[in-house]
Amino acid sequence: MGGPTGAYARMAIPQQKPVAAKPNKRQRQRRRTWKDKHFRWVSDGQGGWRIQSYIVRHRHKPKKRHRRGPGPKPAPRGAGAAPVIAPAPAPAFDPRPPGAYQGGFGVPQATRLLARAGFGPAPGQAEQLVSLGLTGAVQSLTRPSGTAVLSGPPPRDDEGKPLAPADAWGHDHLWWLDRMVRGNQPLVERMALVFHDWFATSNANVSRTQQMIDQSNLFRSRCFGSFLDLFEAVTIDPAMLQWLNGNENRKWAPNENYAREMMELFSLGADRGAYSEDDIREAARALTGWRNDWSSQLGSHNFRFEPNWHETGAKTVFGKTGNWGWQDACRLCVEHPLHASFFVEKLWSYFIPTPPSAAVRDQLAQAYVGSGWQILPVLEAILISPDLYEGPPMVKPPVVHLASMLRALGRPVDTEAWAWICEQAGQQLFWPPNVAGWDDTRWLDTSRMRARWLMVTYVLEEISIDAWNEPYSTTETPDEALNRALASWGSPALAPEHRTELLDLARRCESLVVANWQKAPYRAMRQNALLQLIGVSPDLILQ
Amino acid sequence: MSPSHRNHSCCSGYTRSQLLRSAAAEAGKGLPAIEAGMPEPAGTGLSRRKFLSQSAGLALAIYGASKIPLSAFEPGIAQAAQGDKILVSVFFDGGIDSLSVLAPVGDSRYAQLRPNLALPPGAGAGFSEDPSLQWHPSAAALATLHGEGKVSAFPAIGYDHPDQSHFTSRHYWEIGELQVGHRTGWLGRYLDAVGDNENPLQGLSLDGSLSPMIATADKPVAAIDSVDGYDLWARVGNPIESEMFRSFARFGALPADSPALGQVRRATAQTDKLRQDLAGVGGFTSPVAYPETRFSHKLAGLAAYIDFGLPIRVATVRAPGGYDTHADQAGDLEENLRETCEGILAFQRDLEARGLADRVLVEMWSEFGRRPEENGSLGTDHGAAGCAFVIGSKAKGEMVGEFPGLASLDGDENLRATSDFRGMYCSLLEQWLDFDAEAIIPGAAGFARPTLVKP
Repeated sequence: MGGPTGAYARMAIPQQKPVAAKPNKRQRQRRRTWKDKHFRWVSDGQGGWRIQSYIVRHRHKPKKRHRRGPGPKPAPRGAGAAPVIAPAPAPAFDPRPPGAYQGGFGVPQATRLLARAGFGPAPGQAEQLVSLGLTGAVQSLTRPSGTAVLSGPPPRDDEGKPLAPADAWGHDHLWWLDRMVRGNQPLVERMALVFHDWFATSNANVSRTQQMIDQSNLFRSRCFGSFLDLFEAVTIDPAMLQWLNGNENRKWAPNENYAREMMELFSLGADRGAYSEDDIREAARALTGWRNDWSSQLGSHNFRFEPNWHETGAKTVFGKTGNWGWQDACRLCVEHPLHASFFVEKLWSYFIPTPPSAAVRDQLAQAYVGSGWQILPVLEAILISPDLYEGPPMVKPPVVHLASMLRALGRPVDTEAWAWICEQAGQQLFWPPNVAGWDDTRWLDTSRMRARWLMVTYVLEEISIDAWNEPYSTTETPDEALNRALASWGSPALAPEHRTELLDLARRCESLVVANWQKAPYRAMRQNALLQLIGVSPDLILQ
Repeated sequence: MSPSHRNHSCCSGYTRSQLLRSAAAEAGKGLPAIEAGMPEPAGTGLSRRKFLSQSAGLALAIYGASKIPLSAFEPGIAQAAQGDKILVSVFFDGGIDSLSVLAPVGDSRYAQLRPNLALPPGAGAGFSEDPSLQWHPSAAALATLHGEGKVSAFPAIGYDHPDQSHFTSRHYWEIGELQVGHRTGWLGRYLDAVGDNENPLQGLSLDGSLSPMIATADKPVAAIDSVDGYDLWARVGNPIESEMFRSFARFGALPADSPALGQVRRATAQTDKLRQDLAGVGGFTSPVAYPETRFSHKLAGLAAYIDFGLPIRVATVRAPGGYDTHADQAGDLEENLRETCEGILAFQRDLEARGLADRVLVEMWSEFGRRPEENGSLGTDHGAAGCAFVIGSKAKGEMVGEFPGLASLDGDENLRATSDFRGMYCSLLEQWLDFDAEAIIPGAAGFARPTLVKP
């Protein structure tokens, strides 16, 4: 027990720190080296490449026609690399409705919008959004056309093979992560994540992972439409029927699991006086009648309504009596006078950490009810709200932190490690902790922070430098070091106090160099340290 | 690492001063002023220090040259000298069926309400304090400890106007009052009152995320994912690595102008502190055999940590599996309950072997019990009163509140409570942790305090 097993053992966390191979004093004195300038391609931080020179120490005199690089220019850095465009001036026409955010819409605002309504910008993407203006930017997210296009290299497992999302442990997580990283409809994916948390269903009690994936596709297809439609579809969704025992709710012996959570968690909220224990029991009777078959081959399948298993007598829910069925149960919840305020506050809380004022809440609720419980108008109003741009930051959920780092680096999903690292960080997709979903106020503790550290170490796997075996500059200054590290991260904005600290770190590292042989490896390690600390800095953890 | 791989031969040849000298030298702090023949520093106990150095010698033997910073030991030594008590919370997540754990086989309505799920009389050990009750066969380990007078059982614990929501009821239990939306746990408030500003180990969750029970307002607390080690690894070696961690710690110490930034800062600072405190504490051996389960491994690690002298006051761990048994209850419960009870028995035996049993008390709880009448899915729906246990050599070992019987259920056809969980908390605070319950549990004066601790 304890350590990772199976495929994960390959990515196991080293239990002991690797010891850098440092030549001993005698070797250092005896070794004669030839310094040689070489050239290589490095990321320019904007999805392209630039040539960098570095010093190589040869142990033998370089021969004639010795290759010094940089070789042919590599292909553009795949995945999230968006076309590089010049920052555009704000559009002349940026109409904003009353009540909307009225301040400037520049790169910081666009970055925040992309972080909360998506998974952060790929290099150049925030600038692109700025050129659309606030309203245009929001609508480019909320009104995508057609189905999502995934561009860049497809996801691979540790052996370089395609994923098996419905069959291999953790591949469902990787499959979704890949959609977050490569997809061109980030808000659809983000809303699917919102509803995965809202109607939190887990593999733990669902017989086939494909049913979980189907449920997430249900969220994708209905995330902007009518909440009542979505609610009804979720109520009889095979994964949900299994998860909350809707498939075992029969007229002879009602099972009230779904009836309780549909009110408490999905539509009305606990402790608001919206319903009684009797309402739950009566709604459970209304929901009776769903069943399925089971076989060892197919697990639970063939979900259907069995009229003979449905309680046909009268039920009284929220004081309304009738021969209610499952659709009535959903409708009665949505028509409940306390539903609209629950809905808008809950949806709001996924995007903005402070609750809306009573006036704004009522306005949103009105728009929601007036539109026939449409999600889109509420969502668009939230995304142009001043609270989103002027209010305090939020902690990124672990998968959002990870996906935004992969997007910034242009790295595809190419390791299975993301499944167990996200699990340790507190968010394995398709495995919410319980039906209430993830607790957004508790993303960080010592265990989960350590997992985020580890996540960053793994994200940097290919960028960080093997200090004792790879050549590195012997002259890089502290400023150059920090700029290089920031460029590798896609040039995120750093808080001034963090920039100051990192520059101080860069200087301290330089002052540790007391011998010639330390110049390059210490600078290489300094670069790795800067890369690591930027990844775990509040600037990248917050959205 | 499987438990069987941890049977390293132990080298306890280090003396106290050798250990402290080497640890101090490695930590670059100079030699401590503790040499043979010197007077003991005030407020510390010699015997405890000696014990500590032997167990730390074990860690050195396993890890060779790894360093054990003094910071890991100083608070622990100070705490051990005070003889502080440790409370371990074990949570049955989902609402365990108390009518299976302590089955009322002598109650005539039991078989009527549970035509499929009732346990047959004689299936498990009888419960000596109430002949109508019987232990679930999977709780045999708990029955053993009860027979030794080390288990105080609450056969029907709860509160007035029970809430049947998992999340609301669990929240009540976690914060120690019937309110919603509070952010600090009852044990978190205790730690806020008595805890140290620099010691995240004082409140330790072993499940990879922090239990809301020990959520504090400002004192540091910790969660770990594994008892086998806690380090932060990056492709950076020394001397650059120390500078990197210095900057990481400074990220944690900067001011914050928003709650979210404050959260990141706090987690950063605590992570770095825990990294230092647990450096070198990785492998451990247990003097007794534990079942080979993750849950047992966590408890084995916890016992070793306590024996190391790590400054733990409160630890939380979740019982294996889930207990929200709406369907097919019998099989799931049998397996999960067995794993839990056998782990707890091994933990108790471990503490006894290490001579720590008088310092540790285990509290087992769940957010509610389940409906006496089974549902149509061979399961049970949410109920009201449930069961809790206080376990340890110092546990009083007497039942608290009687079993109310199934003849008169509450208005929702659920079991009535005969004890209040807040009374249990008040007793644990006052009798075990030596702390005034009034300061922690709102309305504490109104709750009867059962005697939970042996004098």
